[in-house]
Amino acid sequence: METTRLIIVAVGGQGNLLASKVLGEAALLSGVPVRMSEIHGMAQRGGVVESAIVFGDAKSTIISDGEANVLVGFEPSETLRALNKCSADTTVITNLAPLPPFTVAIGRGTYPDLDRAQDLIKAKTKRLIAFDAVDLATTAGSVMSVNIVLLGALIQTGILPVSKTDVEETIRTKTKKAFVNANLKAFELGYGAAANA
Amino acid sequence: MLLLGNEAIARGAIEAGVAFATTYPGTPSSEISLNLFEVSHESDLYFEYSTNEKVALEVAAAAANSGVRTFCMMKHVGLNVAADPLMTLAYVGVKGGMVILSADDPSMFSSQNEQDNRYYGKLSGLPILEPSSVEEARQMTAEAFDLSERLGEPVILRTTTRINHSSAFVELGRLTPRKTKGDFKKDPFNLVTVPAVSRRLHVRLLENWDKAQALAETSGYNFTDGAGSWGIICNGVSYGYVSDAVKELGIADKIRVLRLGFSYPTPPKLIKDFLTSCERVLVAEEGEPFMEEAVKAFAQEAGLTLPIAGKGEGLFSRLYEFDPAMVRRVMAGYFGVPHTESQAPDLSDVPEIPQRPPNLCAGCSHRATFYAVKKAAEGEETIYPTDIGCYTLGFLPPLAMGDFLICMGSSVSTACGFSKATDKKVISFIGDSTFFHSGMTGLVNAVYNNHNFTLVILDNGTTAMTGHQPNPGVDMSNFNLSGYGRISIEAVVRAVGVEHVTVIKPYKVKKSIEAVKAALDHKGVSVIISQEMCTLYARGLKQLKVRAFAVTDKCKNHRDCINQIACPAFYLDGERVQINPNTCVGCAVCAQICPENAITPVKVKQAG
Repeated sequence: METTRLIIVAVGGQGNLLASKVLGEAALLSGVPVRMSEIHGMAQRGGVVESAIVFGDAKSTIISDGEANVLVGFEPSETLRALNKCSADTTVITNLAPLPPFTVAIGRGTYPDLDRAQDLIKAKTKRLIAFDAVDLATTAGSVMSVNIVLLGALIQTGILPVSKTDVEETIRTKTKKAFVNANLKAFELGYGAAANA
Repeated sequence: MLLLGNEAIARGAIEAGVAFATTYPGTPSSEISLNLFEVSHESDLYFEYSTNEKVALEVAAAAANSGVRTFCMMKHVGLNVAADPLMTLAYVGVKGGMVILSADDPSMFSSQNEQDNRYYGKLSGLPILEPSSVEEARQMTAEAFDLSERLGEPVILRTTTRINHSSAFVELGRLTPRKTKGDFKKDPFNLVTVPAVSRRLHVRLLENWDKAQALAETSGYNFTDGAGSWGIICNGVSYGYVSDAVKELGIADKIRVLRLGFSYPTPPKLIKDFLTSCERVLVAEEGEPFMEEAVKAFAQEAGLTLPIAGKGEGLFSRLYEFDPAMVRRVMAGYFGVPHTESQAPDLSDVPEIPQRPPNLCAGCSHRATFYAVKKAAEGEETIYPTDIGCYTLGFLPPLAMGDFLICMGSSVSTACGFSKATDKKVISFIGDSTFFHSGMTGLVNAVYNNHNFTLVILDNGTTAMTGHQPNPGVDMSNFNLSGYGRISIEAVVRAVGVEHVTVIKPYKVKKSIEAVKAALDHKGVSVIISQEMCTLYARGLKQLKVRAFAVTDKCKNHRDCINQIACPAFYLDGERVQINPNTCVGCAVCAQICPENAITPVKVKQAG
């Protein structure tokens, strides 16, 4: 089976690990081999959390530079930072709502201009799908669902060997009961956003 | 089931009927013990968070010598702390199966070094098992207990971060019933390691080493894939990268891969036979050339002159973890196979992206303590030895409170040295869990040798960094657990004989600064105990009373708040400082330092 490599980057607290877990479980439901790795040593302290998810027949659980088929960024500057994982064949999906790192507030760095960031990503990869996922999550009923909004967009691209219904089923069974409805709505809104992008 | 590597390892131990487990938490091993801690609440598994790794290994050694299946887990540097019992426990051996897990951290995702703990196998004479995948980690953990009982020796299970923190589908095995009580039979001439006994025990250890080597020769964990006259010898995660590269380079008919999972004692016959059938061999292992040196020595013994390579220029590095593309590139280069490099884009025109280092949380009491110490020490030339925990992050600007760190507990003992070897004011920082782990002995040394420094103990009531595990100072009723003791840090410090001891509440800024000043004025050892519960932990326990603050119109943009305490709840809205009401917990430290008193609590809207 063809191997598909996905990188998810996020800021600690944005729910990257839950998103990865949902994808992993959905892959199992779809009968697709899956391996994942994550670096989350100090996620709770506001650092970057990176997950690598490898679908199909591979033994590696990490993804080298230039080898991601898809990059999903939960925060625009982190998407830009992870461009080294991409190639001209990579599809990039990013949330556009910034979470400026604290270094910006104390004058140690400038937050990148979002239009320029999008132009750069478009120029260096196959396709960019960019939208405000916080806005859609809020519409869905919970700001916490940004991760699921982006999953919706990811599944819409059809790049992963995982079906929409299997992800929805996983959201129903593996996310917190109180959030299932908001998550399903968030998933649908993200799916729609990618369809219209 | 989709399991994290560490969950698979915990599951493997349970399947083996482990009855006794000890640890000191440390990433990347922490989730193994978190799982066993939870299992112990609902079963007759005995589990303890021990004071440090040496204690954990000694507690476990006694259980294993009573015939109980025992699991002792730690991060790689933890095994340095436990090295003393490890070396002689190998002489004494065990009755019940005992597995010692060492979680190594190539690339140092959350560690102070990337030492290769396979050398502990060689140093102690104990066998090493190394899984290559999450699935294998479960099975290997379970079987390690059998191997240990067969040899009468502890077995080292060596993992790396990419095993511990990867997830994959794992088929569960059957559970073996636990045997929770053993018996200790007196046998002092084999169990009390006086020189005359140890001389015999060393002979026994070497005999066991031979037995282990014979088992490694035929172990199912040491296997060969593929066919051809090129050879690769690999272990651990590198096996996955090698296998993927063989497929992607299309050389499955040219290359044979020898995977060593029972990697020490390295099996000579297996390797010599492999070498005999190869024209050229590459050794793919992260870290040090551990297997490479053994393989080359075996080749010499067998009179084989084929090229064997591993570490070196254009080959593998001793630095950091491997990745699939790097392994593929080295293999293609060594065997002369054409291959196209994956094309990462040219990023030279991408603007510099501001760094996002991990930061102390909004309202973290460590920040308040650092601020108080900094203010109290203003005008003095200082050295700030620090220690291992969240507060290590205080070394980053703008707090910049951390000048020297080598290992757990070193803040106290290095303070002794700095205060003698320099004339600077020495103020060191240590957390509550780390103080119990290995700070207490340093403090005894300081009082005994009459050193001159101030030790600040940051007591946030938990082991925060690794995931809020308990420690001897923690109120175990927070975990709904009873039957535990609780050690008062203040009582320990006073009992040791420290003359100047002050307990501060760090959110009270002025009082804290005064207390630290008084401690700094004391000649000799002084201790400040800064008590305030970790905000994350308090939130988890639903004990956090959040009351967000906001910047009012009185603000004249001095920015003392943002520039001096740098709480991540602050952000800039244009040129104005604002506080994010969702992250502010209301510690009120900023409100106390604002020269315009411009930071005040947000008025709570009445419901309805």
